[in-house]
Amino acid sequence: MTRMTLAKALNAGLRAAMEKDDKVLLMGEDVGRLGGVFRITDGLQKDFGEDRVLDSPLAESGIIGTAVGMAMRGYRPVCEIQFDGFVYPAYDQIVSQVAKMHFRTRGMVTMPLVIRIPYGGGIGAVEHHSESPEAQFAHTPGLKVVTCSNPVDGYFMIQQAIASDDPVIFLEPKRQYHADKVEVNEGAEMSDIAPLFTSTVARPGSDLTLLAYGPMVKTCLKVAEAAALEGRSIEVIDLRSLSPLDLGPAEESIRRTGRAVVAHEAHRNLGMGAEIAARLAESCFYSLEAPVLRVGSYDTPYPPSRIEEDYLPDLDRILDAVDRTFEF
Amino acid sequence: MGLNDPVHPEPDLVQLLTPEGERVDHPDYAFAVPDGTDEAEVIRGFYRDMLLTRRIDTESTALQRHGELGLWAQLLGQEAAQIGSGRAFAPQDFVFPTYREHGVAWCRGLDPLQVLTLWRGSEHGGWDPAEYNFANYTVVIGAQTLHATGYAMGVQRDGLVGTGDPERDTAVGVYFGDGASSQGDVSEAMVFAASYNAPVVFLCQNNQWAISAGSERQSRIPLYQRASGFGFPGVRVDGNDVLAVNAVTRAALQRARDGEGPMLIEAFTYRMGAHTTTDDPTRYRTSDDVEHWKLKDPIARVRVYLSRNGLAAPEWFADVDEEADELGHRLREGCKALPDPDPVGMFDHVYAEQTPELARQRADFVAYRDSFAEVVA
Repeated sequence: MTRMTLAKALNAGLRAAMEKDDKVLLMGEDVGRLGGVFRITDGLQKDFGEDRVLDSPLAESGIIGTAVGMAMRGYRPVCEIQFDGFVYPAYDQIVSQVAKMHFRTRGMVTMPLVIRIPYGGGIGAVEHHSESPEAQFAHTPGLKVVTCSNPVDGYFMIQQAIASDDPVIFLEPKRQYHADKVEVNEGAEMSDIAPLFTSTVARPGSDLTLLAYGPMVKTCLKVAEAAALEGRSIEVIDLRSLSPLDLGPAEESIRRTGRAVVAHEAHRNLGMGAEIAARLAESCFYSLEAPVLRVGSYDTPYPPSRIEEDYLPDLDRILDAVDRTFEF
Repeated sequence: MGLNDPVHPEPDLVQLLTPEGERVDHPDYAFAVPDGTDEAEVIRGFYRDMLLTRRIDTESTALQRHGELGLWAQLLGQEAAQIGSGRAFAPQDFVFPTYREHGVAWCRGLDPLQVLTLWRGSEHGGWDPAEYNFANYTVVIGAQTLHATGYAMGVQRDGLVGTGDPERDTAVGVYFGDGASSQGDVSEAMVFAASYNAPVVFLCQNNQWAISAGSERQSRIPLYQRASGFGFPGVRVDGNDVLAVNAVTRAALQRARDGEGPMLIEAFTYRMGAHTTTDDPTRYRTSDDVEHWKLKDPIARVRVYLSRNGLAAPEWFADVDEEADELGHRLREGCKALPDPDPVGMFDHVYAEQTPELARQRADFVAYRDSFAEVVA
């Protein structure tokens, strides 16, 4: 057991994956000597060498496109995109090449790529450094999209993603990187760990089901605490996997609670919340006492960071949605 | 110089066989055949490859006109650029094509019928790249140059460069066109290749046209000169001269296998046909231009050379023509007989590990389809 932050947990997880399989390579801008701008790859080039931790040229499409070739050659590249808003130059390679290679070759070529993207806001960053592009990737068949919300998941999910033979967009909530230190049992058996593409119950409850992922899980746990003071018991589901989307635990929960709210940092329009609400309406129609409400950021580009607190869903906005579901 | 003036006159061409069928020398490159092989036989082989490739092209164009193919990207005029380079690869080398490399596919041993599946819409071109060391066609322009570079970086990591063992040392070749040279991915590929000294040879077939835009719209300098800006050598070769293309490609691939890094070859050629069967080149180019290039036909010059020097008898040419007719017949019949894929299969290869949601959709689809079968029964 070691107490670690999400940043340290991801670093330890990458190290474990590299030790286990010498085909695992890390690629990206500044991931080597600097250890990444968030230091997630700190020390790995020193220990594994420049052949396995590649400081790449400053070219996002180049990073993903060369990783495609590496994967075809039998390697398992883990690419770091420095910030969410810089993934778009690589979008074509991800959506047109990475996502489709297995399909168009009828399974003869696999793409065991992991694309790590620090994402989301709340750190006072400048433009292009705080975006939530998850729906753009979750909408693309052929990609799998996951996100961790805490150090324990960070440590295990990154290893599971690297072991997957499918391409995984691995979203890291950057505002949680250094937020909390928790105990991580590095020696745990993989069989005792939740499978990668599943959601988990982050906090049990009986009156309402709150669904969140990544950076919003912590906020939603606070919502549940605050609601408890008012006598409401909220169950928080950590979705973890956005594609495939595992709504099993949420549906089981809603059949008990009758109410659901989805919260995410991304824009609301056509976001993950829209898909989740639609599916829950189909699967839990007779259990629902109220429509599934969505709390997202507004449908504007990410605003200047001085006003990001007004843009991002926070405890009060989510609590407000919770209250509204009880008015039906 | 006006914006629409050609910037690509034809100096600096490596040429070893003139359009009139005369062998000429070049100070840096000579046509050589592998030890133990007969030169005339190799050149006859090139002629046969080019003629059969041209037949694949004309038959496929006809099949498209008859509605058997949804689209076809013609290679007419580019046979030497493709066969000359395609025959330069060692078995262990790996090749990344665009969507027009039917001649290179031929050299790698692919059945042309397999190539037709993409254009017929029965597959996305699902041959196994590892079986032929030939990647699938890439339609997005220039994307494959990065894949090739990454693959070459993998070859490098596998320790298969510069060992001195000709059976092991491996190079990667990647094809693209003059239009693709404008794409960011191609520039990024060249940056990565140079930066990591990757064993990759960039094979640009400059066929003068990116659909309707001439190559002067892509580059204000001859394309091969771009290489020096990235830090590796570039060379322009007469793309209608199969001997020169072969010699230059062999040299570049050997250089890459020896660990000396990337190289750019610009095969200066001409797309005699349309971009694809949906294109109408008469809207953007003159017949004078096409007539001018007809005189440089890549197949005719080899035929003249072989005939004039007594290296192939008229009967031999007749045999190749007959072989082309048989191939054409096989393509016509084979194309129409290509089976449509089972629609259920579309659910099966989206992921290596199937997702529960797709498994549900698959089951729903099967049940829906079967409901019609019951009605019919």
